[in-house]
Amino acid sequence: MTGGERPALNALDGDALNGDAVNGADRPLVRVRGLRKSFGGHVVLDGVDLDVREGEVTVLLGPSGSGKSTLLRCVNHLEKPDGGFVELGGEIVGYRASGGRLHELRPRHIVRQRSRIGMVFQQFNLFPHLTVIENVTEAPVSVRGTPRKRAAEHARELLARVGLAGREDAYPRQLSGGQQQRVAIARALAMEPRLMLFDEPTSALDPELVGEVLAVVRDLALSGMTMIVVTHEIGFAREVADTVVFLDGGRVVESGPPEVVLTAPRHERARAFFAAVL
Amino acid sequence: MTTAKEDRTPKEPPTPERSRAAPGDPPVPVLDRRPSDEQLLAARLVPLRRPGQWVSAVVLLVLFAMLVHTLLTNDRFQWDVVGRYFTRAPILHGLALTLWLTAAVMASGYLLGVGIAAMRLSGNRVLRALSFGYVWIVRSVPPLVQLLFWYELASLYPTLSLGIPFGREFVTFRTAHMFSGVLAAYVGLTLDVAAFSAEIVRGGVLSVDRGQTEAAQALGLGRSRVFRRIVLPQAMPAIVPASGNLLIGLLKATSIVSVIAVQDLLYSAQLIYNQNFLIVPLLLVATIWYVVLTTLLSVGQHYVERHYARGRRGAGGGGGAARAGRGVWDVARANLSLFGATRRDLAGLS
Repeated sequence: MTGGERPALNALDGDALNGDAVNGADRPLVRVRGLRKSFGGHVVLDGVDLDVREGEVTVLLGPSGSGKSTLLRCVNHLEKPDGGFVELGGEIVGYRASGGRLHELRPRHIVRQRSRIGMVFQQFNLFPHLTVIENVTEAPVSVRGTPRKRAAEHARELLARVGLAGREDAYPRQLSGGQQQRVAIARALAMEPRLMLFDEPTSALDPELVGEVLAVVRDLALSGMTMIVVTHEIGFAREVADTVVFLDGGRVVESGPPEVVLTAPRHERARAFFAAVL
Repeated sequence: MTTAKEDRTPKEPPTPERSRAAPGDPPVPVLDRRPSDEQLLAARLVPLRRPGQWVSAVVLLVLFAMLVHTLLTNDRFQWDVVGRYFTRAPILHGLALTLWLTAAVMASGYLLGVGIAAMRLSGNRVLRALSFGYVWIVRSVPPLVQLLFWYELASLYPTLSLGIPFGREFVTFRTAHMFSGVLAAYVGLTLDVAAFSAEIVRGGVLSVDRGQTEAAQALGLGRSRVFRRIVLPQAMPAIVPASGNLLIGLLKATSIVSVIAVQDLLYSAQLIYNQNFLIVPLLLVATIWYVVLTTLLSVGQHYVERHYARGRRGAGGGGGAARAGRGVWDVARANLSLFGATRRDLAGLS
């Protein structure tokens, strides 16, 4: 694993990276253990283990229905796992361990945990009734209590960073899909998260718009952000990932550096998948 | 003109131009050859004539003129009587009661309705079933029947008491004098509006994409913040038109309280014509007031709808209403500007 060597290029991420009081030096930022989840009778996650170290980029690959998105959504407790746990910075996400049980946390505690995790969705999910800058400042103002003016300044910096300076007062509907997704990234970064989750960020985009979004994600990776990315862009995984995890049928089938997993997968199912998509 | 250009047209086999002309069309210059590209480019576009629409428009206009004529000339409408009674004290008192009953019922009905909608949308099976049952039973019973039940509550339950369910009672009071006509009307109509508004609110909330809630949650927004700031504003475009309908319906539905002798606008008019037998003019007085109030509400609804159209249209949302933080007061003020007199009155006051 090569993540530790990444320099923290961008000053904006400084705070997020320094908040490592709870973690020991080599304790991963994210630890997933024995995660299980079913919908109805259908098992989606069947005992998943995953480690993501500070500053690392982990790419989740696998056929549709393999549980990639569900795993990602369990990390910030948008889905409640049926078993197992997710730990972020030494804290169990969504639960409190006491007396041999995991008690579900009150919403305001979950809210606090979520504010450290940024998430970018396949369908962007920008708030259509708010302008671009209102989308970005909403969470810092209402969750952190940041003064509106300071939040707006920060938002402008972030929008410039994703290449959208000057579009602050547009409504989402007036932007292309690629621009909307870049606003969504800026919106997630506004909370200065320690971890970013990307759920197929380019799957809903026209082909010519994929590049501009991937470029922003790549820059973010280079700046040292810890990220978990679900994607079908194998080229992107090869270039940016520190670890590639291949899921199938709700289990981790293959895990390792991209040059190993992508070029010489050991598992038959992974070999077939990469043969089909590469 | 056509002959001059015909020389330049490329030589092509003659086309059966004549067969395309419809019998009713004005005579088209008949060409032996296909017109040149230049001729086609210079040609004026003639929209399809729709004589049927014209005929029906004229017929309806004539009927409308007849209606206006009879309204003005049939002296049995007694417009002078209408004018005399239009602003009489009993009518205005009735009008006031109609207005505040409508406002009170709407406010408390929606408060209750939002709660019932929340129950229906909750994860708890018992709450969902109760909410469903409430809406089902209330929507099934005509409001007039509900009203009569509340009015007759005393005969059903002579006393009411506060205490432990199925156990000791602390306070007991008699219902005989509790449910006056107005209170029965207020309670009955509120329960009715609650059922309908619950469905309207539920529909509005369901119309908002689930991803909106998830995105807001992922940002760390609290539950009430997600609802107030993200879900509700997007549900409003679905909620407002239906609610406007409900409000206008309620304004008129308050007239059913006349059956339990509550002196609203209609019953006040009835009391007068029971004495002087000027039935039609007094019904017209009430009718015109209902029309005026409904018009005002429709105008208000238009502005509220425009306010919540923010970000929905391509060119920056609802015109001047596009900025954030435009409150209810601004919408109200926008409405006032339509009625210059009212505005001038306000200016004089301040």
